[in-house]
Amino acid sequence: MMKTPEDVRAQGHEKALKELLLQLADDDFIVAYRGSEWLGLAPHIEEDVAFSSISQDTMGHATMYYQLLEDLGLGVANDLAHARKPEERRNAILLEEVNGPGHYLEEPRYDWAFAVVRHYFYTQAKKIRIDSLQASSYEPLSHVAIKVNTELYYHLMHWKTWFKQLMTIPGEARERMLSAVSRSMEDAGGILALGPHEKKMTEAGLIEGEEFLKKRWLHEVEAMCDDCGVQVTLEPMMKRGNGRALEHTEDLTDAIKTLSAVYRQDPAAIW
Amino acid sequence: MTTMTAFERLSDEEKHNHFMQRIEAGEKIEAEDWMPEEYRMTLIKLISMHGISEIMGALPEKEWVPKAPTLRRKLGIMAKVQDEMGHGQLLLRVAEDLMKPYGRNREDIMQDLFTGRLKFHNVFHMPAPTWGDAGLIGWLVDGAAIITQTNMLKASYGPYARALQRICAEEVFHAQHGEAIIMALAEGTDEQKALVQDSLNRWWESLLMFFGPAAADTTGSSKQDTTIKYKIRTKTNEQLRQDFFTKYIPRVLSLGLELPDPTMRYDEEKGLWIYKQPDWNEFKEIVRNNGPKSKERLRLRQLSYENNAWVREALSPSNEAI
Repeated sequence: MMKTPEDVRAQGHEKALKELLLQLADDDFIVAYRGSEWLGLAPHIEEDVAFSSISQDTMGHATMYYQLLEDLGLGVANDLAHARKPEERRNAILLEEVNGPGHYLEEPRYDWAFAVVRHYFYTQAKKIRIDSLQASSYEPLSHVAIKVNTELYYHLMHWKTWFKQLMTIPGEARERMLSAVSRSMEDAGGILALGPHEKKMTEAGLIEGEEFLKKRWLHEVEAMCDDCGVQVTLEPMMKRGNGRALEHTEDLTDAIKTLSAVYRQDPAAIW
Repeated sequence: MTTMTAFERLSDEEKHNHFMQRIEAGEKIEAEDWMPEEYRMTLIKLISMHGISEIMGALPEKEWVPKAPTLRRKLGIMAKVQDEMGHGQLLLRVAEDLMKPYGRNREDIMQDLFTGRLKFHNVFHMPAPTWGDAGLIGWLVDGAAIITQTNMLKASYGPYARALQRICAEEVFHAQHGEAIIMALAEGTDEQKALVQDSLNRWWESLLMFFGPAAADTTGSSKQDTTIKYKIRTKTNEQLRQDFFTKYIPRVLSLGLELPDPTMRYDEEKGLWIYKQPDWNEFKEIVRNNGPKSKERLRLRQLSYENNAWVREALSPSNEAI
């Protein structure tokens, strides 16, 4: 067990831990942003309240991971979140994709089926990862995982409820959901990937291997689809590239521009 | 049941007298109780406008949720807008109960918003072009809201008074969140300081308008006499505005900011703040959805309403999951 940043350095696992923490932080940071773009646009007010609460929790999780990186001496949390270029980010491509046509302040024509499927897929993957991280060899990370897990329980329940509800209604709802599933599957491999440094991560005992995590995810999603009575091809791909290997789309560039708009006015100032 | 039957047998005038006695005695009126039409209508108008304003109020801040400059500020503003949505939901539920006897529901509230029959608060028709505005909305707009809402904490209508207890408690956090942003800017670089002064200048008239006209003859209508008669509120619009000045003018000055109204002064003898009236004709235009951002913000809500029609359809009772 590595209890402190010094232990991590002494055992030579700094690089692997940094890569893993950046993936965790960047995933939550970008998906919380995509969630916050929905504010005021959700199907009903009750959902606006619930969804904005989930996004807030998720931004909180990102903050904890960036803080762990700061504790390791790898930068200041705020700078890691706001100053890094899109090509330095480790988030999965599925999470950076825009919510739909339009802008969050102008003519947003967002797709609720895509929101439900993306968030369900991601939250299920995050749950499996977090369960594994509870036993991480880096103690501060395992403590964060335990904390995140208490909130994640409700997030997963929320998205499962939406997924099942919309998927079991024949007609437009199911059609939209099935189309969102096939579309999301094209990039879902990214949320399950651990990237080029996977071996180092598992050797250090930071997290279990990608194959194991993926198998559990497939099992859960398959059970959900069976429960909904739908046939779905479960082949998570990385059609547009692997975010863990720093491959991204223009959507991320635009997102980072917005996320850092005020920060960039004066990165040295106290805000 | 016997009491109910006896009550039912009373004439409308006797029922009204009985109701007013309850109001005078400081009793709380509940959703199922008999109430005069005027009381019900006043509450529906007041509470649905309050509720929908909370919801529309999330939109000016929405721009700044992702743009907030640090992780802590992002978390703070996310929590704030989530609270506002929650307030909107809570209040609409209160309004929906009052509307039930007319066979009206949330759908009608939304349609009334889109057609302009239901108005939302003047401040939420205004642009919020800088991060300074995000701070100022929390600090002074929420600060003003605390003053008007505290005035109704003892409202005679129980469900509204209880909702306000929770809302006011959360609004206090919002005002602190706004004040923290403003303090950081006011103590920051010259550019940051300028952001605060610009925001104050931009929001000044809207803040004065926030409390409504002093008397009905200013804008042609005011519900304040009715709401005071039924003990829904205690103070007049002008008293609330004066309370706002007394609380915030010293704070504004202590931050080194200039008051946007150079004629403003405190008259010791009268115990009143003397100030330049905002343009009440403009106020009328703003709340008629002719403000600078009225159309754009209504468009956002309407678009999401249309865009999600299929979800509402899927969730409707005729489509119970199989």
